[in-house]
Amino acid sequence: MANIDPLYQFKIKTLVPIHLGGVDLSFTNASLFMLVTTAVICLLTHFSTRKRCLIPGRFQVGAESFFHFIADMIKDYVGAEGVRFFPYILSLFLFVLFGNLVGLIPYTFTFTSHIIVTFALASFVLVGVTVAGFSKHGAGFFKVFFPSGIPLYVAPLLVPVEIISYLSRSISLSVRLFANMVAGHVMLKIFAYFAVLLAGSAFLPAAILPTALNVAIIGFEFLVAILQAYVFAILTCIYLNDALNLH
Amino acid sequence: MEIGAAKMIGAGIATFALLGVGLALGNIFSTLISSIARNPSAKNDLFPIGLLGFALTESIALLAFIVAMLILFSN
Repeated sequence: MANIDPLYQFKIKTLVPIHLGGVDLSFTNASLFMLVTTAVICLLTHFSTRKRCLIPGRFQVGAESFFHFIADMIKDYVGAEGVRFFPYILSLFLFVLFGNLVGLIPYTFTFTSHIIVTFALASFVLVGVTVAGFSKHGAGFFKVFFPSGIPLYVAPLLVPVEIISYLSRSISLSVRLFANMVAGHVMLKIFAYFAVLLAGSAFLPAAILPTALNVAIIGFEFLVAILQAYVFAILTCIYLNDALNLH
Repeated sequence: MEIGAAKMIGAGIATFALLGVGLALGNIFSTLISSIARNPSAKNDLFPIGLLGFALTESIALLAFIVAMLILFSN
């Protein structure tokens, strides 16, 4: 009871130590849960679409609704050109979504609560979007830093601001997901500790209050997990739209 | 000991960011409610935008949380 550490749940534990030339490439619990998430996504999509019925069953409707959800999102926010990026955005969305949801199961590890994981995902988005913009517009892509219809004399002020805001997208995208996950899981643990401490004291019946609150919070955390995956996918679409259709 | 106390005060001050976030969230949802009340048929279009605004604003609050955590737990 003495050592209450709500951040202990984010500790990375080495499962299989691998050291290659001074670089620590160990297989950790984070890697394990990334594999679990990928396996869950692959199994769900494989077994739900295996039969390919004309009248879909329950699981097939689920898999198809993910597909249509992302396809509609790309159509609305990027347009017909964005369809080439559909597999990337769908896999990004499913990876973040199932990573968040698997992390909500007790005794599991949430890999999206580590900034390095989300920052890697967001950096791939930023680099991929920039490469897509350059391959479509060539040097004309630099117009993304100078919106049209702005007088030329504000360019020295506006262009650096636009460049900084463009580069900080990867940071804001990653910190948003990471902070949401960390804050939610810390809150769950803190209220769980309240319940445990109250149950061990003279106020045993009062322990029902933090427990009930924890039940409500976990419902909210499911909303946040789905919402953050949605926000991650939709912001990727918006950034892609900025790069492909210059403003 | 003074440093520990100063850290706790600093973390408490960092939560002042919630003032702005509270105002912003209230603004988002009041605007959403009045928009839907004016035009109920637009509800399905407006609701995802409101949720997006909610998520983007909430992340500002979480930045304050990160700052507070950094103040509390960094050596």
